[in-house]
Amino acid sequence: MPRTRTPVVAGWFTGDGDGFRLLGTRCSACSTVFFPREDVHCRNPHCGGGRLTEEPLSSRGHVWSFTDSRYRPPSPYVTDPELSWAACTLIAVELPAERLVVLGQAAPGITVADLTVGMEVRAVPGVLHEDAETTWTTWHWRPTGVEA
Amino acid sequence: MTRDVAVLGAGMHPWGKWGRGFVEYGVRAARAALADAGLEWRDVGSVVGADTVRGGYPGYVAGATFAKALGWQGARVTSVYAACASGAQAIATARAQILAGLADVVLVVGADAAPKGFFRPAGGDRPDDPDWLRFRLLGATNPVYFGLYARRRMAVHGDTLEDFAQVKVKNAALGARNPYARYRKAVTAEEVAVSAVVADPLRLLDICATSDGGAALVLAGMDFARRHGAGDAVRIRAVSTVTPRFPSTVLDLPDIATDSAVAVRPGPETFRESIAREAYEEAGVGPGDLSLAEVYDLSTALELQWYEDLGLCGAGEAVKLLREGATAPGGRIPVNTSGGLASFGEAVPAQAIAQVCELTWQLRGVAGDRQVPDARVGLAANQGLFGHGSAVVAVR
Repeated sequence: MPRTRTPVVAGWFTGDGDGFRLLGTRCSACSTVFFPREDVHCRNPHCGGGRLTEEPLSSRGHVWSFTDSRYRPPSPYVTDPELSWAACTLIAVELPAERLVVLGQAAPGITVADLTVGMEVRAVPGVLHEDAETTWTTWHWRPTGVEA
Repeated sequence: MTRDVAVLGAGMHPWGKWGRGFVEYGVRAARAALADAGLEWRDVGSVVGADTVRGGYPGYVAGATFAKALGWQGARVTSVYAACASGAQAIATARAQILAGLADVVLVVGADAAPKGFFRPAGGDRPDDPDWLRFRLLGATNPVYFGLYARRRMAVHGDTLEDFAQVKVKNAALGARNPYARYRKAVTAEEVAVSAVVADPLRLLDICATSDGGAALVLAGMDFARRHGAGDAVRIRAVSTVTPRFPSTVLDLPDIATDSAVAVRPGPETFRESIAREAYEEAGVGPGDLSLAEVYDLSTALELQWYEDLGLCGAGEAVKLLREGATAPGGRIPVNTSGGLASFGEAVPAQAIAQVCELTWQLRGVAGDRQVPDARVGLAANQGLFGHGSAVVAVR
């Protein structure tokens, strides 16, 4: 039986392939963007508070910094203890239009050697892990100039 | 009117991996601080405990836990939590009580017993908890954030791995002279370079360990100090406990993203810069007045960042300051004379208190072969995750 594809967190991203986008919210009063999404109160202290409406974020940004996890992270990160741990690359990406930095895992196969600060990357659909019934989906960052 | 409070006593339990409970470390530190102050536990009007999340319920109510272990005597009791800034918040609370006239003598205690390996979030499925989410979604341990900051400095300021290693070499040499440090052995740049990479570009010896330890202070009003014959005691002149200002544009633990700066222009200073500035303004001193500083070197690269955030040098000039020897013993502004977290490893709620213990000993001139000659003004700075800034200025 095929696994169900389920976002590891609801409402943070949407779409497939080139249509994949992170989802934030924007305040109707001050136009501040929030990711992770704020759905109740605007956090701008100068804002009287507006309606928060869902909005896709820019799909491309630039590397603010990057690193990797050379050791297996603890729970609640899910890993298979039977398998040896392979370093996982993480990228913090500055989205120029929204003027914020979003951290994410790099697409599989991307290592720190492939990255430089300032490089262009785009948000792509990714898989965090799978269990018997479910493929848990997430967002990944992939350099636009590097193909897997 | 003076807004100083006197540090009558400072005490610590040595840092290490002792395998015992946090209460034991805290009580030993408290008894040491009381003995140092020449006071009895029954003389204490208020006890403030810095909480730990690793000791079960007694850790969440550390003030009462330490008071019970020392023997109930009816003191005013407070327990505070602010992650890595818990100890500083405990000091701030004690100081406020003294300045408000609620207590003459306050005992401040923090202690922790750290598990092996990475710190991890509290258990259970908690998708509305940023600390749980960063582990669940990204496997982003604390060293991941330290690695991001280090790589960013390399790209923006041209810092090198060799520069980072020199911070460890400096701090290890100082820790070797501190009887309370966990690591009391000199480290070479070569040893840093061959240690395992934990979070690129940082290696094991660039990143602070997690430790057991306990630290305590006995604080008092100046009138009490004078009656006690300690009118010339080291004084705490400022305690800064500030949040960031929106929009906070530096990715901070445990967040997955920064605030957006699309609607509000970011202020002229970063969060960490504001922590120091608030303390300087309250104390009426500036970076040029400091005899020494204790900073929260969770990683070697972060110590360099603090040089700039404290105004010891301009942006991007931290490596120059380090290479000149300005932050080493004998330099213009020695940093982390205790050996820092590099030599201690972090015992979260005790660490900010331990920083002030070091300031106290330096300002008294009793820091042995770590002593900064004629130390007059010291600053301790740290940052607790979830937006808790803290800095303490102590003077003699």
